[in-house]
Amino acid sequence: MADTVKLPEDSFKPMTADDRASLDSEKIAAPSLTFTQDAWRRLKKNKGAWVSLIILAIIFIMAFGSLFVSPHDPNAVHPSYANLPSKIPGVGINGFNGTLVQAGQRIDAYQQAGASGKAYIMGTDYLGRDLFSRVLYGTRISLIIALVATLFDLTIGVTYGMFSGWKGGRIDTFMQRVIEIILSIPNLVVIVLLILILKPGMTSIIIAIALTSWTNMARLVRAQTLELKEQEFILAAKTLGESPLKIAFKHLLPNLSSVIIINTMFTIPNAIFFEATLSYIGIGISSPQASLGTLLNDGQKNFQFLPYQMWWPALVLCIIMLAFNLLGDGLRDAFDPRTKE
Amino acid sequence: MAKYLAKRIFYLILTLFIVITVTFFLMKLLPGTPLTNQAKLSKSQIALIYQQYGLDKPVWQQYLLYIAGAVKGNFGTSFQFSDQPVSYLISSRIAQSLQIGLQAIILGVLVGVIIGAFGAMRQNSWVDTTSTIVSILGISIPSFVLAVLLQYYLGLKLGWFPIAEWGGFSYTVLPTLALAATPLAESARFVRTEMVDVLSSDYIELAKAKGLSRTGVIYHHALRNSLIPLITIVGPLAVNIMTGSMVVENIFSIPGIGEQFVKSVLTNDYPTIMGLTIVYSFMLCVVLLFTDILYGVVDPRIRLTGKAN
Repeated sequence: MADTVKLPEDSFKPMTADDRASLDSEKIAAPSLTFTQDAWRRLKKNKGAWVSLIILAIIFIMAFGSLFVSPHDPNAVHPSYANLPSKIPGVGINGFNGTLVQAGQRIDAYQQAGASGKAYIMGTDYLGRDLFSRVLYGTRISLIIALVATLFDLTIGVTYGMFSGWKGGRIDTFMQRVIEIILSIPNLVVIVLLILILKPGMTSIIIAIALTSWTNMARLVRAQTLELKEQEFILAAKTLGESPLKIAFKHLLPNLSSVIIINTMFTIPNAIFFEATLSYIGIGISSPQASLGTLLNDGQKNFQFLPYQMWWPALVLCIIMLAFNLLGDGLRDAFDPRTKE
Repeated sequence: MAKYLAKRIFYLILTLFIVITVTFFLMKLLPGTPLTNQAKLSKSQIALIYQQYGLDKPVWQQYLLYIAGAVKGNFGTSFQFSDQPVSYLISSRIAQSLQIGLQAIILGVLVGVIIGAFGAMRQNSWVDTTSTIVSILGISIPSFVLAVLLQYYLGLKLGWFPIAEWGGFSYTVLPTLALAATPLAESARFVRTEMVDVLSSDYIELAKAKGLSRTGVIYHHALRNSLIPLITIVGPLAVNIMTGSMVVENIFSIPGIGEQFVKSVLTNDYPTIMGLTIVYSFMLCVVLLFTDILYGVVDPRIRLTGKAN
């Protein structure tokens, strides 16, 4: 008991300001990152997602840039230059050098059509329209449809989900039943019915896709809201007398942002896919407008003899879908702090 | 269980009722008449025809009649084919669509599970990379692009399978492959994620510590538990197959309901569109009901009262 340790007084000395500064055990080695910065850093580490982001940026710039600078007018018809294969200057590989096999012989189609000086990167279609310009134009229409539909989807889905989750109880049950009923009709069937009523065209496709695709978003947002609303910071906001609308915008929405962004990345390719399907079966965009779906439909008719007319739009469509999917995967990993690096 | 089932079936009927109601009134909104040569007909002739098909009655009576008919599987007469009942049109075509759809979903899920499981077992190896690439490609390539490519290369160039029409089993191969791509990709992705999770859980460690063989651990413990949640994506996959079949059946000119749906839409054959919408919803509802029940049966942790734990 009396075994106390006796320490000499000089083993203690008061700390001076200099000592404190030289001590680096308290130092934070890494710069502190906000949630967004951290997510951005993780995203950059994911090669697939990063490349996808760059590719999508390029496709966006090219598709929308073609409004101002287009190699040719996408609607200009040159019957004499019809069905020219793709020709990329300086590339000698068959299939990209403007030659095609006719009656067992490889001939220069450009010379035959009297267009030796010209070079259409992706060739021309059955009316002699430049396929590259058409693909750019079609991509633009497809992207616009997807983006506008997604915007609607965001507003409807997020509001519906937040409201349903926030209110809870009977209202929530009822709203979820409504979603279940919508989900029990195949999406495409609903879209087709809506388009029949609204007359085929770009606007009706956007409305139809927007009205059917928000259910997934609403469900995810609702689940997240149910979880969030039990947390202390929401309780604090409530106690302090914030209005529900303010809580929704200031506290819920920022915390929902990752779910929303990730889901958007999967909604966009879905919308592009639906649009392509509709145009492909002939109830979507009608000529002279073009989308990737109509281009595929046109190209498919001649696939046996002029395969490039379908390959190019198909390739662009697949790249866009692939890039959005990879980016979505990357974002999901980036926003999820549990993912290992 | 019985209570839950009764409740679910009640909701199924309610859903179908709403679907019928909404489609009926939507179709009434659409312009146009069912008459082919209206200009050539006299007023009394038109009145006679309307009377024969019950179109002279007020809308609410037509609606009640339609519901009464729909319960018995009678969806009216097709506009496109004269005197052809919609129910006959559907029943003569549904078998083909079901066959292709089922084949596609079975093939897709089976192969998907194998690919996904191998990917998870050898995480971050070339097997895993390949399985990831396959699944991401499967999701990104639309089924109709795949269908055209398969039709051309396997059907026309190599001549392995018939390129179109409906005959024996060989006619179903290409459409099945085209439709199976998405289920394959989705299930591979899903199984991989699940299995990576399961493989790092304690009971797998225990099984390994007990000295079970690698295959024993994988087969008896890991795979089984990662397959259970797979049931939840069967519903969305069924939707995907239905959507895909509309285009794929067209490409391969298969006399199925998907092809009929597109044809009816293009010819404004409203009664057929309505009938098919109801049939599609019914099939999807049944699939969703079955998967929910199956999930409860397979996983005892899920109570069938709709609340998990």
